[in-house]
Amino acid sequence: MKAKVRLFARLSELAGTREAEVDVGEGLTAGEVYHLLCRQYPALSGLNGSIRYAVNGEYAEPGHSVGEGDEVALIPPVSGGSDAV
Amino acid sequence: MLFEITSAALDAQRLIDHVRKDESGAVALFSGVVRNENLGRRVLYLEYDAYPEMAERVMREIAEEAMRRWAITDVAMQHRTGKLEIGETSLLIAVSAPHRKEAFDACHSLVDRFKEVVPVWKKEVWEGGEEWIEGEAVNRSG
Repeated sequence: MKAKVRLFARLSELAGTREAEVDVGEGLTAGEVYHLLCRQYPALSGLNGSIRYAVNGEYAEPGHSVGEGDEVALIPPVSGGSDAV
Repeated sequence: MLFEITSAALDAQRLIDHVRKDESGAVALFSGVVRNENLGRRVLYLEYDAYPEMAERVMREIAEEAMRRWAITDVAMQHRTGKLEIGETSLLIAVSAPHRKEAFDACHSLVDRFKEVVPVWKKEVWEGGEEWIEGEAVNRSG
């Protein structure tokens, strides 16, 4: 079973892609999807202290389950707007 | 309500017209603009990335929070993506209300909430370097 992963900002530059696919087997957690992704893209390793997860477009805990067809996004600390964060 | 992530130039008048209702005595508009300096560095331009589908959903959530908290009439928000030059507008938030205090207070709070939770990122490019600016990591339950 496959899930889609979306990457943005610094993470997409580190990985060199904005989208990836991971095999989630019988189901994984969002945190496990990140660890699996780090095997494909080692440059993404070591970020679990700073990233948040979204599953299907909503913020989710690292323990949130991910299955076939789900979309997981790795969300670095956001910085919209224009003045200093 | 209107929530948009767009690569086109933002149009403040369109947002003002969108939120103004006959019961609105006030429209507060926040405009975030690209400036030429940050942390002593001379900024050449900014580049914004976003997760558009999620950003529009999160904007709606924080607008609905604001509608519950203040006596306001309507909310509209737009954030631009791509390369923005000095002086260009990156973010617009418009809030209408019967009275100015609620419009100002809700607009101010929405700018803060936007910067905490809406999945939009900024890269600063200056002479000799560039960096993705990362805000504070907020509570995961957000």
